[in-house]
Amino acid sequence: MELDKKLNQPLAEYLKHLGDNTLILAQRLSEWCGHGPVLEEDLAITNVALDLIGQTRLWLGLAADIDDTGGDADSLAYQRDVLDFRNALLVELPNGDFATTAARQFLFDHWQLLALAELSRSSLQPLADIAAKSHKEVRYHTDRSDQWVRILGDGTPVSRERFETALNALWSYTGELFEVKQGDQALIDAGIITDMSLLHRQWRDDITSVLDQASLATPPDEYMQRGGRDGMHSEHLGYLLAEMQFLQRAYPGAEW
Amino acid sequence: MYAQMVKTGVDKLQSLDEMSARERAFQERIDADKRIEPKDWMPDSYRKTLIRQISQHAHSEIVGMLPEGNWITRAPTLKRKAILMAKVQDEGGHGLYLYSAAETLGITRDQMFEALHSGRAKYSSIFNYPALTWADIGTIGWLVDGAAIMNQVPLQRCSYGPYARAMVRVCKEESFHQRQGYDSLLALSRGTDEQKRMAQDALNRWWWPSLMMFGPPDGESVHSAQSMRWKIKLFSNDELRQRFIDLSVPQAEVLGLKIPDKDLKWNDERGHYDFGEIDWSELYEVVKGNGPCNRERLSERIRAWNEGSWVRDAALAHAEKNIHRASANN
Amino acid sequence: MHEWPLWEVFIRSQHGLAHRHVGSLHAADAEMAVRNARDVYTRRSEGVSIWVVRSSDIIASRPDEKDALFEPSDDKVYRHPTFYKLPDEVDNM
Repeated sequence: MELDKKLNQPLAEYLKHLGDNTLILAQRLSEWCGHGPVLEEDLAITNVALDLIGQTRLWLGLAADIDDTGGDADSLAYQRDVLDFRNALLVELPNGDFATTAARQFLFDHWQLLALAELSRSSLQPLADIAAKSHKEVRYHTDRSDQWVRILGDGTPVSRERFETALNALWSYTGELFEVKQGDQALIDAGIITDMSLLHRQWRDDITSVLDQASLATPPDEYMQRGGRDGMHSEHLGYLLAEMQFLQRAYPGAEW
Repeated sequence: MYAQMVKTGVDKLQSLDEMSARERAFQERIDADKRIEPKDWMPDSYRKTLIRQISQHAHSEIVGMLPEGNWITRAPTLKRKAILMAKVQDEGGHGLYLYSAAETLGITRDQMFEALHSGRAKYSSIFNYPALTWADIGTIGWLVDGAAIMNQVPLQRCSYGPYARAMVRVCKEESFHQRQGYDSLLALSRGTDEQKRMAQDALNRWWWPSLMMFGPPDGESVHSAQSMRWKIKLFSNDELRQRFIDLSVPQAEVLGLKIPDKDLKWNDERGHYDFGEIDWSELYEVVKGNGPCNRERLSERIRAWNEGSWVRDAALAHAEKNIHRASANN
Repeated sequence: MHEWPLWEVFIRSQHGLAHRHVGSLHAADAEMAVRNARDVYTRRSEGVSIWVVRSSDIIASRPDEKDALFEPSDDKVYRHPTFYKLPDEVDNM
């Protein structure tokens, strides 16, 4: 399919949203490597991070192609500042305890699962292909996350309390995932992306059915934090980037 | 070598005549290159030595995740990040295989952790050195994994079945570890002056500690002799160290790096490199707990373990509730 | 609380061979054991099917019975194809 030139800019922005989500979350998850609650979980969580890094390379690679400014996935990951990152706030929040990490992953996985299923039917083949490949990986991530919700919700009073606290604290960061930005509409009209706002109800139902299994309540939709896709991030992202981009910033132009 | 100076609890080698009938049959099986399996009879000292050696090896893998893991979040490209993450994850897997092998000898993983956390069990001295720059990551892969492989390849043929089988798996997976390290250093050696400086500095710091990984010269050590008789140690420390040096020197040349040993020289007569004297007092201090990172490494492991305790409890409680629910429904 | 129980892991590779013992791991229950096995033992596409069994549920033969159990088959060489000498004209049977 020949892409209408007018769509380039909004499409690149959208792809950065997808790729920055996976990049920043992978970065957070990788902080767990070597520090998991049990060796088996250490390996499992790193597998998720590895999948997300793989997805990042694909999304940002495609974004760089569409941008057509001679960059690549690495230059997008390592040479943009906070204002140009398009990830949702949810993924940049610190890991906190294991319950916070598990709750964040659970909320994100279910969003990603729905989004990727839709995007795998995109009229833009390269985008559809990445979505389909990622979807398989995310199905497994979601299974794992659901299992942790059941364990933490049902396990001990301590685990239940920790998980509820985390879920409630993170809830206000979920609304943003379903926003439709100004540039999105043309992409939706062209069948390239899907209208995320239409997935919100399904997502809530999916989340609720898992929470039900652990007799946990779905938090009410109250005030929602937003701004990630406009580059209005939390303070946490700056520190994350400072660490992630350190070598590329300290030694500009070096090959690694 | 991830196991250093493993004690055998034996103060003198016995000849076959001095052994009991069971001991003799056991030694003869080993001499005939037959494998010992978990349910077979074995001398208590063999069992205890193996537990010490395998758990030390496993602890080294787990503690070894820390110096490299601390660079995952700073890896300079997405590709290097993925490679490093996969590599550090593999170390965790290797620890897991090794703990499992030790568990067949009648000790639990929790007991081994307890021994590590209390300071009773050791891990390789090498992981008590800091990973200061990105070049350290390449150097650890090249030298530290390189030294470990020297030891692990022969252990695939060691006398204890579960240990040998764990080593087969480890060696198969490790084959990319040394290469990725060398590949990463190669990029630095072809890079800017700053990158070359970084690489040389890392070699300067890691060279001698890598040689110490093989342990002090065996000399008259009764423990080494006993371990070799049991075929849980296949070559002497000095043999492996020499082999490692002989392989590493030309590799350093390709990188354009200088090994920090003024006495390093090819000896035609021996067919080996001669090398300078190793400062063994440094190794003993590190083993005693006085290396630059001993305290940090151990406290980081203890913290992760303690912070994970409520998660492990929750999973167990959930599993037990499920069993009760299932039986209540029947 | 006590340690997660130990499980033995068996994996069938893509080549249609039988499930093979690959190692063990800890997990709180069977569901977790399968997932952990996937994450620990199939990181390099080693398998397409996983079995897990509680280690404590495995019944093993006793080493001191080894002679009685396995030696009797040592003299049944006629069970092995190499026992039969065929004329050279008949190859590949």
